[in-house]
Amino acid sequence: MKGMEENQKDALREICGRFANDRTRLMDILLEAHRRLGGVSGQAVELIAQTLRMPRVEVESTLSFYAFFTTKPRGKFVIRLCNDIIDQMHGAERVGHALCEELGIDFGQTTADGTFTLEHTPCIGMCDQPPAALINDRVITNLSGDGAREIISILRKTGSLDHLNLTLGSGNNSHPLVRSMVRNNLRERGQVIFTPLARGSALGKALAESPAEVIKNIKVSRLRGRGGAGFPTGMKWEFARAATGENKMIVCNADEGEPGTFKDRVILTEAADLAFEGMTIAGYAVGAAQGILYLRGEYAYLLPFLESILGERRAAGLLGRGILGKPGFDFDIRIQLGAGAYICGEETALLSSCEGKRGDPKNRPPFPAQSGYLGWPTVINNVETFCCVARILENGPGWFSSIGTSDSTGTKLYSVSGDCDRPGVYELPFGVKVADLLSMVGAHDTAAVQVGGASGQMIGPGDFGRTLRFDDLATGGSIMIFNKSRDVLRIAEAFMEFFCEESCGYCTPCRVGNRLLRDRLGQVASGKGRSEDLDYLKRLAETVKMTSRCGLGQTSPQPVLSTLRSFRSEYERRIKPPVADLLPTFDGAAAVAVAESLAQRRSVHFGK
Amino acid sequence: MSGEITFTIDGVEVKGQAGQTILQAAALAGIYIPHLCAKRGLSPWGSCRVCTVLVNGRSQAACIQPIAEGIVVENETENLRRIRRELVEMLFVEGNHFCPFCEKSGNCELQALGYRLGMLAPEYPYFFPVRELDASHPDLFLDRNRCILCARCVRASQELDGKHVYGFVGRGANKRVAVNSGEGLVGTDAAVSDMASEICPVGALMKKRVGYAVPIGKRAYDQEPIGSHVEKTAQMGGQR
Repeated sequence: MKGMEENQKDALREICGRFANDRTRLMDILLEAHRRLGGVSGQAVELIAQTLRMPRVEVESTLSFYAFFTTKPRGKFVIRLCNDIIDQMHGAERVGHALCEELGIDFGQTTADGTFTLEHTPCIGMCDQPPAALINDRVITNLSGDGAREIISILRKTGSLDHLNLTLGSGNNSHPLVRSMVRNNLRERGQVIFTPLARGSALGKALAESPAEVIKNIKVSRLRGRGGAGFPTGMKWEFARAATGENKMIVCNADEGEPGTFKDRVILTEAADLAFEGMTIAGYAVGAAQGILYLRGEYAYLLPFLESILGERRAAGLLGRGILGKPGFDFDIRIQLGAGAYICGEETALLSSCEGKRGDPKNRPPFPAQSGYLGWPTVINNVETFCCVARILENGPGWFSSIGTSDSTGTKLYSVSGDCDRPGVYELPFGVKVADLLSMVGAHDTAAVQVGGASGQMIGPGDFGRTLRFDDLATGGSIMIFNKSRDVLRIAEAFMEFFCEESCGYCTPCRVGNRLLRDRLGQVASGKGRSEDLDYLKRLAETVKMTSRCGLGQTSPQPVLSTLRSFRSEYERRIKPPVADLLPTFDGAAAVAVAESLAQRRSVHFGK
Repeated sequence: MSGEITFTIDGVEVKGQAGQTILQAAALAGIYIPHLCAKRGLSPWGSCRVCTVLVNGRSQAACIQPIAEGIVVENETENLRRIRRELVEMLFVEGNHFCPFCEKSGNCELQALGYRLGMLAPEYPYFFPVRELDASHPDLFLDRNRCILCARCVRASQELDGKHVYGFVGRGANKRVAVNSGEGLVGTDAAVSDMASEICPVGALMKKRVGYAVPIGKRAYDQEPIGSHVEKTAQMGGQR
């Protein structure tokens, strides 16, 4: 193997040095190494490990975990075409064919000249403007086959993403630090999130009270976490405040990876101040001096803009030392970028990632409020939750709890996508009926609604009278709409494929069980199922749900369980009696494929 | 304050000390809860999920969950037995486990659990993965075909040997055990005398040249089912 060039070694040492040779910053070091060198080779791993004084296998462990990292150099332009179900419905496959044809490579390959790498990626948070792709950090939306060809031709000719001539999107998407073609598609502004905030006003009110009073306000408002689980925020903060620790940490979960979700994208584009203000209030309430915003790698295009907002807040005395003149209240926020791993949306996996490790969830107990980031008592909340916090401090808990329903106070953001006229973000009070939301967004002939993303549940028309709130249909906000032309089993299969890709692999049921579920569901969906398979699927799904270690595996069987519940006839109509004496599950041609290739001839029986 | 905690497992009263896990307290009381990744002397890991029990009706991994006053633990129920068998079957179909000619046969905890839980042929289809074997070390070999990703070697190397020989790379279906060298096991400071070299529950991390020193039929689980040693302490009145 050829040795690394000296200048590459220097670059790596310089990158490590920039992060104080701190192994907890390994994510940043690897991200920067990829930006500068295109990938991290075995020798680079060795050098990073030496420089950071850590075992090389631990560097490799983190490096090999994230989809955006690679050991083999990628092309100058890495094209990641989103292949989630919504993008597939809107022609992602045609775009994929066009890209392969134009570049002369397949997905997973790099062109011989090292210019282009083509990959698939799960949901990138653009389901309201599909098909979408990332080219390096740049987001391309509403792609077509011809559009894709044109982009390749421009990149070939000019060698620069700046010549793509993309029409800039709405709102801050046109800001000089964003300059993205992403559109907000903000269809409905509510009173909590998408109402202007006078920067610092909520924080000022918080600082006029004692930390205990701030937490009491949050408890009185009955705010529940917006990530989907709905844990009472005030209680979480109280635990973290009561926990002993020299340092405490506030983490904002902006790893919005649930398929069909994109509301945090719009918050961070249009109302990031509100989220940062909420984080700062949390720092004051629980006694933390540091905060991290964990931004999913797919949203890296927002990074410079968000950094500039943090800079403005520092300049205004809203971050840093003695905030708003309050002696002893110091708090600052850094942004941690992810690198393509859905599991990092799970709160303890996110903390592992912030520590520079692979995104494995942690064992609970202890819970993050007792022992989270680096063992510090840690508050971790969703972007939307922190926004609610700021607004509660601004307008009072009574005002907040008067919105929504008794079990679910305030508003909720919905990311609506799929078969409807007006996909986008809707801020609505809790308690909206599914049917009312469907008519608001212009959905026709709706056969199924996936509430809460892949890990949520698929409901049919019989459930459209139910309401969106924690105690009925709880959701982190993803609403995917499917009309009568769609095949619900194929949709469920796509979700299972997603979970197989995104399982961290730590525990048995999630790592193995999801693959078994995907495979059998695929067989049934393609008409190779037996009637016993429905029991097999249900039992297996229940085992995975019951025994998995974290929320991913505990919810990943939902596509199977909820379609078995709401769309059982879709399964039953595909079950056919066995033909001849062969099991319907038996694929003879596949079974003899290896033997055929060894014998270099087709099977007499199955080779037709 | 004594820190003594009283709770029940399948209706039997058990006393334990604050800070113990359900698995630890149960073992000391002579109650066997099937497990694979857990190993006395190593920090709890919680990956195999075979020790899943119900605690006040909620499923928890007994190797992770601390005991608490008055909790009602269900262990030997028909449903849990089935679920544990399914988890063991998953581990069988995920890898390439050829018991009849594996050196570990009879000493293998996965195989022994299969017997104890009443596994016949797995209900699930085999994956037949292609996995790498590392025979580079003069005294040890690492056969990933039989690895169940329990992290015992990873933890033992760090916690007992003060080394860092093993780790995990990849994620999901691609997760595999890796060693701290670009050249394989031979490039690490692994030694046959390491605790890590003794601790593999299956036939993945094995010593060379001693595979059949004890003939099949005379090995640990050929004599009595896995868990028997724990249950014997119950017959002797436990170790309370």
